[in-house]
Amino acid sequence: MRVSRSTISWLYVSPLMFVLIPFFVLPILVVLVASVFETDGFGGLIPTFTLANYATVLTSGLTFNLYLATVKFTVLTWFFTLLLGFFVAYFLVFHVRNPLLAIGLFLICTVPFWTSNIIRMISWIPLLGKEGLINSALLRIGLIREPLEFLLYSGFAVVVAYVHQLTIFMIVPIFNSMARIDKRVVEAAIDAGASRFDIMRLIIVPLSKSGIALGSIFVASIVMGDFFVTKVMSGGGSASVVSAFYEDISVLQYPGAAASAIVLTVVLLAMVALILRTVDIRKEITR
Amino acid sequence: MAVKDKSDAGKSTKGVSRRSLLKAGAAVAGAAIGTDAVTGFPTIWAQEIKDIELRHVGVSYSVVKAIGDQAAKDLGFKVTMQNLDTSAAINRFITQPNSVDIADLEGWQAKLAAKRGVIQGISAKKIKEFDNFLPIFTKGELDGHKIPRQGISPYEALYIEKPDSTDLHDGVTEWLTNVPQVYNADSIGYRPDLVGHTVTQWKDLIDPKFKGKAAILDVPAIGIMDAALCFESAGLIKYGNKGNMTKKEIDFTCDKLIELKKAGQFRATWTTFDQSVQLMAAGEVVIQSMWSPAVAAVRVKQVPCVYAPVNFKDGKEGYRGWCNGMGLMKHLTGKKLDAAYEYMNWYMSGWQGAFVSRYGYYSPVPSTAKKFMTPAEYTFWYEGKPAPEPVTDPYGVPMEAAGTVRDGGSFVERVTNISCWNTLMDESAYMNKRWNDFKVA
Repeated sequence: MRVSRSTISWLYVSPLMFVLIPFFVLPILVVLVASVFETDGFGGLIPTFTLANYATVLTSGLTFNLYLATVKFTVLTWFFTLLLGFFVAYFLVFHVRNPLLAIGLFLICTVPFWTSNIIRMISWIPLLGKEGLINSALLRIGLIREPLEFLLYSGFAVVVAYVHQLTIFMIVPIFNSMARIDKRVVEAAIDAGASRFDIMRLIIVPLSKSGIALGSIFVASIVMGDFFVTKVMSGGGSASVVSAFYEDISVLQYPGAAASAIVLTVVLLAMVALILRTVDIRKEITR
Repeated sequence: MAVKDKSDAGKSTKGVSRRSLLKAGAAVAGAAIGTDAVTGFPTIWAQEIKDIELRHVGVSYSVVKAIGDQAAKDLGFKVTMQNLDTSAAINRFITQPNSVDIADLEGWQAKLAAKRGVIQGISAKKIKEFDNFLPIFTKGELDGHKIPRQGISPYEALYIEKPDSTDLHDGVTEWLTNVPQVYNADSIGYRPDLVGHTVTQWKDLIDPKFKGKAAILDVPAIGIMDAALCFESAGLIKYGNKGNMTKKEIDFTCDKLIELKKAGQFRATWTTFDQSVQLMAAGEVVIQSMWSPAVAAVRVKQVPCVYAPVNFKDGKEGYRGWCNGMGLMKHLTGKKLDAAYEYMNWYMSGWQGAFVSRYGYYSPVPSTAKKFMTPAEYTFWYEGKPAPEPVTDPYGVPMEAAGTVRDGGSFVERVTNISCWNTLMDESAYMNKRWNDFKVA
C-alpha cells in the first residue's frame, strides 16, 4: 500500500496538533467567545455579541497603567537576565577549555531549578526584609542606621525574584547557539588583528542572535503572563495585567476578564512576531 | 491531639449524647460489614456508607482536614477536604458544581450560588440542632440586639422560600441556603510594644505615625470595608452602607487609599493568613487589619501582638464579621444526600464547634461545642474571663498562659459589636476596577 505524501505530512504534525488543539486552540476560543458576551453580574453569561468589554479594557486608564507596570518589570527582567545569561554562556563556551567541565558547569546552572519557583521566590523574603539578613548585616557593620526598606515589597524585590527565576531561560538557548560557533572563526579574527570587543560585536553577538531571541521570548512572555511574583514580592504594592483580570474573575466578571486576556494574548503575539522578524530563528537554528 | 472527649459528661446529664450515639453507630457499621446484619442506626446503611465520599470544598480556615478526618471516623464514610482561596472556590462552585458535594459558602457566596442554581435548599427540619442555633443566624438578633445588616449578614443569606428558589428570602422559612458552621469578627492586630498605646479605633491604621509600618487586607471585596472602617473612624466620611457602597463612596475610598499609598502609609498589603503573620512576626509592620487566629499565631512565635477590640463608639468603629456555612450542591441525591445531612448534623453536634473555638473562631451552636470543651477553655474563649489554666490550640500546642484574658472580651461583646459583614457589592465590578487603580498606583 502506498501512502500519499500529504498523509505522511499530516501524520508528522498530528502529535503537535493533538496537544495544541485541545490545550490551546479550544480554550482560547472559549475565552474569545466569552469576551464578546455580557455578564448578568452573578457569574452568568448572556450570549449576545458585544464589543463593550473590549471598549472598556481599551479605553481605561487602568489598562494603560497596568501595562506600564508590567512592561517595566518585563524590560528590567529581560535586561538583567540577558546580561547575566549572555556572559554566563560566554564564559562556559569560550573560557572553559574542557568541554566536559563546561557541560558540568552548565548543569550546575540548572540546579536551582530542582526546587519550586515559589520556594525560590519566597526564600528571598527572610533575606531582604527589614529584619532580614542583609539589613541586619549592614546595620551590624554600621553602614546604615535605618533598615533599607526598598529591598523588600518593592519593584526592586520583584525584579530580583524574576531575574533569579528566569536567567536560566537565557543561559540555555544562548549557550546552545554559542556552542555552534566555529572557534576557527574567532581564531581567524584574532589573527587578522581584531580586538576582543570587535570579536564580541562582529562575531559572537550576531551568531548568538537566535539564542538571544529565543531567551527573550521565554523571559518576556513569562513575565507578561505572570502575576504571582509581582503580587508577593511587591507585597501587593504593585499590580500586573494578569493580577487585575484575576481579580475580575474573583468577582465573576468573566467577559471583562476574557477581553483582557485576549488583549494580552494579542500584545504578546505581536511582541513575539516582532522578535521573530528581527531574528529569523528557523534559519539560524538549521544553519 | 489534646481534645478532651466529653461524651461521658454528656451521657450522664442527657441520657445518651449524640456523640455516643455516633460512636455506637460507627461500631454497628463496623460489625455489620460481613454479616449484613444492620439494625437501627443511622439512616444510611453500613455496607453502602463505606463507598460514599463527600467532598467538602472551601477556604483553609473553614474547611479543615482534622475536622474532616474526625467526621469520617465518627460517621463511617469518606470525607475529603479540599482547600481553595475564596475566589477560586466560588468560581469552582459555579463553573464545576458537580466536582463539589458540600460547598463552604460565605453569605455572599450563598447568594450567588443560589442565584446560579448550583445549590439545593436545606430543610431546616432535618438539621437537628437548628432550634439551638444562636438567633444571630436564624433571626438576625442576639439578646434583643439587632445584628447590623451592612454587607450580607448570615441571617440575610440564610433563607430561601422554596428548595429551588434562586433568590434569598427576607424572613424565616423552612429552607436554608447553607448551615452556618464557623464565624468571627475581624479587626486590627498590632504590636503593643511598638505602637505604644491601646488601639480601639480603626483610624490608628491610617495614622501617619505608622507610615511605612501599616498593612491592609488585599481581598478587594473585604479590604475595602476595612478601609471604610478606617475612614469612618477618622471622621472623613459617613457611609450609607459600608457593605454596599455607591460609586461615589467607592471613589472616595479608593482615592483616599491611593493618597495614603503615595504618602507611603502601607508597607505592604496581604492576601493570605500566612502573609499577615509573616508581616507582623518579621517586624515589617506594627499595625494591620488582621484575623484573630493570625494574631495568636504571631504570639506563638514569641512576638507580642494584640487583637484590637474595636467596640462601637459614637456610631463608628465595630468589627467586620464573616461566617462560613455548608451548602448542599444540587446534584446530591439519595444516599449521598442523606450522608450530607448526617455530615452537617455531625458538625453541629459539638466536636467541630469546640475545635474551631480553640483557635479563636466561634460555633453557631455554642451549647453543643461547650460539651466538648473543658470548663477552662469555655471560660477563656467564650466568656472572656481570665483563663483558669493554660490554653492550647486545637492541636495541643500551648497558646496562652493561665490568667490571660482573650482580646476583645466575651463572645457576646464581640459579636454585638460587628458593624458589617463580608459581602459582594452591587457595584463590585466598578469597585474591583478602582481597587486595581489603588494596587497599581
